[in-house]
Amino acid sequence: MDGVQRNIIAHLQRDILRLQGQSPAAKQLAGKVNLGPVLNAFPYKVFPTGAVHEYITDTPAATAATAGFVAGILNGMMRHSGPCIWISPDRVVFPPGLRSFGLSPDRILFVNAGKKKDLCWAMETCLQMDGLSAVVGELPDLDFTASRRLQLAVEKSGVTGFVLRQKSPNLHPTACVSRWQITPLASYCPEDLPGVGLPCWRVELLKIRGGKPGSWQLFWVDDAFRALQDAATDMASIPLRKIS
Amino acid sequence: MSSRFVAIWFPDLVSEGMIRRRPQLKDKLFVVAAPEHGRMRITAVCAGVRRQGVYAGMTVADARTLVADIQVLDDAPALPGQLLTGLGYWCIRYTPTVATDLPDGLVLDATGCTHLWGGEAAYVEAIQSCLQALGYTTRIAMAGTVGAARALARYGQRQITVTPPGEEKPAILPLPPAALRLETAVTERLQKLGLCTIGHFINMERSVLRRRFGLGLLNRIDQALGWKEEPLLPLQPVEPFLERLPCPEPVVTRTGIEIALQQLLHTLCERLVKEGRGLCKAVFKACRVDGEIQQIAIGTHLPSCQPTHLFKLFELKIDQVAPGPGIELFLLEAPKVEKTRIAQGVLWNHGGFNDNRLAELLDRLTGKLGSGIVHRYLPDEHYWPERSFKEAASLTEQPVTGWRDDRPRPLRLLRIPEPVEVAAPVPDYPPIHFRHKGQLHTIKKADGPERIEAEWWIAEGEHRDYYVVEDETGARYWLFRLGHYAGNKPCQWYLHGYFA
Repeated sequence: MDGVQRNIIAHLQRDILRLQGQSPAAKQLAGKVNLGPVLNAFPYKVFPTGAVHEYITDTPAATAATAGFVAGILNGMMRHSGPCIWISPDRVVFPPGLRSFGLSPDRILFVNAGKKKDLCWAMETCLQMDGLSAVVGELPDLDFTASRRLQLAVEKSGVTGFVLRQKSPNLHPTACVSRWQITPLASYCPEDLPGVGLPCWRVELLKIRGGKPGSWQLFWVDDAFRALQDAATDMASIPLRKIS
Repeated sequence: MSSRFVAIWFPDLVSEGMIRRRPQLKDKLFVVAAPEHGRMRITAVCAGVRRQGVYAGMTVADARTLVADIQVLDDAPALPGQLLTGLGYWCIRYTPTVATDLPDGLVLDATGCTHLWGGEAAYVEAIQSCLQALGYTTRIAMAGTVGAARALARYGQRQITVTPPGEEKPAILPLPPAALRLETAVTERLQKLGLCTIGHFINMERSVLRRRFGLGLLNRIDQALGWKEEPLLPLQPVEPFLERLPCPEPVVTRTGIEIALQQLLHTLCERLVKEGRGLCKAVFKACRVDGEIQQIAIGTHLPSCQPTHLFKLFELKIDQVAPGPGIELFLLEAPKVEKTRIAQGVLWNHGGFNDNRLAELLDRLTGKLGSGIVHRYLPDEHYWPERSFKEAASLTEQPVTGWRDDRPRPLRLLRIPEPVEVAAPVPDYPPIHFRHKGQLHTIKKADGPERIEAEWWIAEGEHRDYYVVEDETGARYWLFRLGHYAGNKPCQWYLHGYFA
C-alpha cells in the first residue's frame, strides 16, 4: 500500500514538472553534465537541459567565475551535441581561456550586440534553433516577460539557455528554471603546493523548480566538478599526468 | 577540357556587306571611299576591281586610271560594326559565346561545341560554307587561344586552318610579327631589325624583348601561347538573375508587398534550383509611382535557394520600404550567385557547422543586427594574448594549429589593459597588493612571471611579465608589468584579465 502511494506521488510529481515545461533530459545529454553533489538538488537527479538557467553576478571577478562554471557545464553538453552560441554586449570572453575547461573554442560562435533589446532578441532567436547544444547570454537585465519568452523558446526546441545577469537591488521573479550565484573561493592547492591552484567556487542554488536549493563548494579538475570537502580523497583517485 | 577558339576573318567585309544590302551592285565594279586631306581615298574594294590592281588605300583618281567605269560609294564608318554584330548573332547557332573582333573579324568560343557537327574540321567547314552561301568570303582558323586563331586566320596559308590543342607555337612560328596584333611602331622596328617572322624572336630572352619592344609584345606572345588569359566580351551576355513583377494597380499595403516578394522569390528560386545555384546576395527593389526607388538587401552565409528562408530574411526589413503614393513595379535581383553544395547527411560528426539551419539562423541574426556581429575564432601562432586567436573566415574553416593549453590563460580578457597601482617591493616577485578602480586587493597566492615578448616584427613595444594572482576573496586576476625594472623610475602595472 505504502509503495503504491509513493508510486502515485512520484508519477504526479513528474506530471507537474512536465506541465511546468520541464522534461527529462534529452537522451544524448542524460548524465553527461557531472555536477557532483549538486545533482542531488535537481528533479530526477540530472541537470535540467532544455531550460533557461539564470546566474546572478556582481563583480567582474564573479562574472568570470560564473563564466567558468558555465563553461564547465558546457564541457559535458558540447561533447555530445551541436555547437554553442555565446551572446554578449562586447568581446569579453578570451577564446584560448575556454581551453582550460576542455572546450574547443572554434566550436563556439560569439555574437556581439550593443543594445539590450537586440541581445534579448538574438538570444530568443538562437534558443529556437534545435541544432544547438546551448546558448549563453550575458544580459544586463532580465524582466519577467523576457524570461517567459526565452522559456517558451526552449520548451519547443530543447536547447539549454544560460543567462548571466548583473545583480540588482530588487530581483524580480523570472520564469527561469533556476537561479544561481557563483562566487570565487580561494583556489585549492593539493598537498599545499605553492602558487595558484585549481579554481574553486561557492555555488549557491538560490531557486530550482521542483528541487531543493542549497549551497556547495566545488572545484574543477580533470574535466569534472568535485566537492571541496572531499578534495583530498578525490585527488588521490586521479592518476598523475605529465604536463608538458 | 581545353578551350578551343575559332577566328573568322572577312577580307572583303564592307564590299560584300554592301552587295548583300544592295543586290544590284553584284556584278558592278565599285569601290568605297572616304574624303581624306582633300582627296578621296579608297577604304574598301570589290573583288572584281581588286583583280585589276586596285587596293584599299589608293586614291580614287589613281583607281580611275586603272579601271575607267568605276562606281564610287560613300563610306559609312559604322558599317563594319553593324555587319559584324549581325553576323555574330547569326553565329550563335554554332556556340553561345560569340565576340566581334573589329574591324573585320569574329571570335567564337567553340569549347565543347564541335562534336555536335562531327568534329572540329567539319564544324569549321560548316561555318565557312554557310557564310559562303550568305555571300561572304572567309578565312577561318581554329586554335587553343584567341591570339593564335586570329593570327592563323589572317596570315595562315590555307582557307581553313585547324591547329590541334597544344600546337599553337609551331603553327605561328612562320607568321609575320604583325599577326600578333602589335602596334605599328613595334612592327616596323622588328622589320628594321630583320625579324620577319615570329619564329625569329619568340625564343629570345623575355627581358631583352621587354627592353627593346615593351611589355605589349610580351603580352601578345603570352596570349597567343595561352600563358595569359584573354577574355572575350560576348555579344549576348549571360542572363542576370533578375525577376520583374509589374502591378496593374499601385500597391500601398504591407500585405501587397509581401505577396509580390513571395511571388518573385518563388520564380527566382525555381530558376536557381534548375541551374543548381543558390544566391548569396539579393536586392528587392520597389519602383514607386512618383519615380522613387525603395530597396532592401539581404545576404546569406551559405548559398540558398529556399524561398521561405529568404522571405524570412526580407521580412525583417520590409518595414523599410515606404510605399508612398504606391508601388507599380517590383524587381528582385540576385547580384551574387554561387553553386550550391550538395547537402550531405551528417551521420557521425555530431553538431558540425555544416548545418544549413545554423547558416539560416546566422543570416537572420546578421540580417537584423547588421553584418559583423557574429564571430568565430581560430587559434593563431602567437604568444601575445591579443594576437593568439584570429577571426575565422567562414563557418567551415578548420583550425590549422591546435589551441594551446600549457599556460594559464584567463577566461575573460579586457580589450585594453587597465593600469593598476601596485606595491611590489622585491623586483621580479609578484606584488603584495594592488589597487584597481579605488579598491585594494591583497594578494594571497601568485604564480609567475611569464614573460611574453611584443614580437618586434609585428609591432614595437616592451615585453610584458604576466602574473596569475589571487586576492583575499579568492578572485583570480592576470596582472602584468610592462618592460624591465629600472632603478630610477617606477614600473607600470596593468590588469589584463580575470580567471574563473
